[in-house]
Amino acid sequence: MQNIAEAFSLAFALVLSGDADLFEIVALSLQVSLTATLLSCLIGLPLGALVAIARFPGRGAVLVVMNALMGLPPVVVGLLVYLHLSRSGPLGFLGLLYTPTAMIIAQTILIAPIVAALSRQVLEDLHGEYAEQFRSFCLTRRQIVRALLWDGRYSLLTVGLAGFGRAVAEVGAVMIVGGNIDHLTRVMTTAIALETSRGELALALALGIVLLVIALGVNAGVQALRMSAVRQAYV
Amino acid sequence: MKHTLSGLALALGLAGGAWAQDQSILVQSTTSTANSGLYDYLLPIFTAETGITVNVVAVGTGQAIKNAENCDGDVLLVHAKPAEEKFVAAGFGTIRTDLMYNDFVVVGPAADPAGVAGMTDVEAALDKIAKSGAPFASRGDDSGTHKKEVSLWNAAGIDPKTGSGDWYRETGSGMGATLNAGIGMGAYVLTDRATWISFGNKQDYTVQVQGDEDLFNQYGVIPVNPAKCPSVKAEAAQTFADWLVSGAGQAAIAGFAIDGQQLFFPNAPKM
Repeated sequence: MQNIAEAFSLAFALVLSGDADLFEIVALSLQVSLTATLLSCLIGLPLGALVAIARFPGRGAVLVVMNALMGLPPVVVGLLVYLHLSRSGPLGFLGLLYTPTAMIIAQTILIAPIVAALSRQVLEDLHGEYAEQFRSFCLTRRQIVRALLWDGRYSLLTVGLAGFGRAVAEVGAVMIVGGNIDHLTRVMTTAIALETSRGELALALALGIVLLVIALGVNAGVQALRMSAVRQAYV
Repeated sequence: MKHTLSGLALALGLAGGAWAQDQSILVQSTTSTANSGLYDYLLPIFTAETGITVNVVAVGTGQAIKNAENCDGDVLLVHAKPAEEKFVAAGFGTIRTDLMYNDFVVVGPAADPAGVAGMTDVEAALDKIAKSGAPFASRGDDSGTHKKEVSLWNAAGIDPKTGSGDWYRETGSGMGATLNAGIGMGAYVLTDRATWISFGNKQDYTVQVQGDEDLFNQYGVIPVNPAKCPSVKAEAAQTFADWLVSGAGQAAIAGFAIDGQQLFFPNAPKM
């Protein structure tokens, strides 16, 4: 218990001291996870919308697979990406292993299914409400997808946040493909794992508190954005 | 917001080549040298002298060797001589050089349920632990420390696997994680001294068995062979390996201490 009290004061001290290393790690965490979230939305949202409105044989199986992929273990994703990006792997010539780009790739693979599966559910419900209208307007599939994505944008923000939360919190994948290299690929979660293995439990916990505060900040920012957008819509 | 966007653009635009700058090498390393802070002390000195940046991936010796065999590193710095010699014999490394040493110790709780405190014969101590049924936490991860532990059990004529899940607990994780787990369950743990000295969560644990010749812990350095891995930065890797075993590198290793205790003892052959 002593560790926990110490962790809070350490967390405050860390942030207040303006520690350059800490800010570097925080910045990389945000850079990697926000980029992965953005890419996942670019892939997952249209995919989720398509599956939401399309009716085709085997659709049930596709839904099961999409939902199951939400439970992809980060370590497994990390290993798969490692095997591909390793110098001896098929994409080794790119020289991407142990770079932030490799971490972004791994996290995108990890959270794109989450974005796709959750947005599919959200948009399918929405589609149920609008299906009649869409039919009466004789809209093309592309137009329907666009209309659904636009109308469901606030719910989809939460979907994006779910993806971001998973990305910024995972350690298994970025540890393997990033290598936790100081000043190059060290992010919040791998730094926490490192301090834990050094037995510096209070410092590890302090970093965890900082990570939580950052996640809180990102969520608050999105919430503020959403509220101001809603307000404008009703003016 | 602008900053975030430019950050995103930067991240998206990162091509492989942008990071593969010539003046940086990648070391596949055992964890003890990284966790103890040796690299934080050593690498800035090397970089200041040569302008070469050294990036370190710290994993267990077994994994470090596998990563290097996949050509994902320019230099290998580990502590398991037989495995290192195999690595060189298979053509993955150019040449292996002794770099430095320290020793392994057995740490245990103050209560000392197996009564091994103060012993200097490690095989006898392990025998006592096994017979008493006191818990022992093993790395179980094919690391250098794990390989050493297995060889000690063999020498003591004990097969700890028969007690697996009972008194013999294989954590399958790194040194620090195994120490955390072992201390959490009151188990004895074999650890290298450097990790132990710099470890921050000792609680009531102390070094209980030490001083046996069999606990010697030799570290070696091996540049990865460019003939096998054309992608390695052979020249910079060789510069790093040469510097480590040179007078300047050896002096720097000897100069690294925590709380006045020297952690690694240089013993590279004189050039």
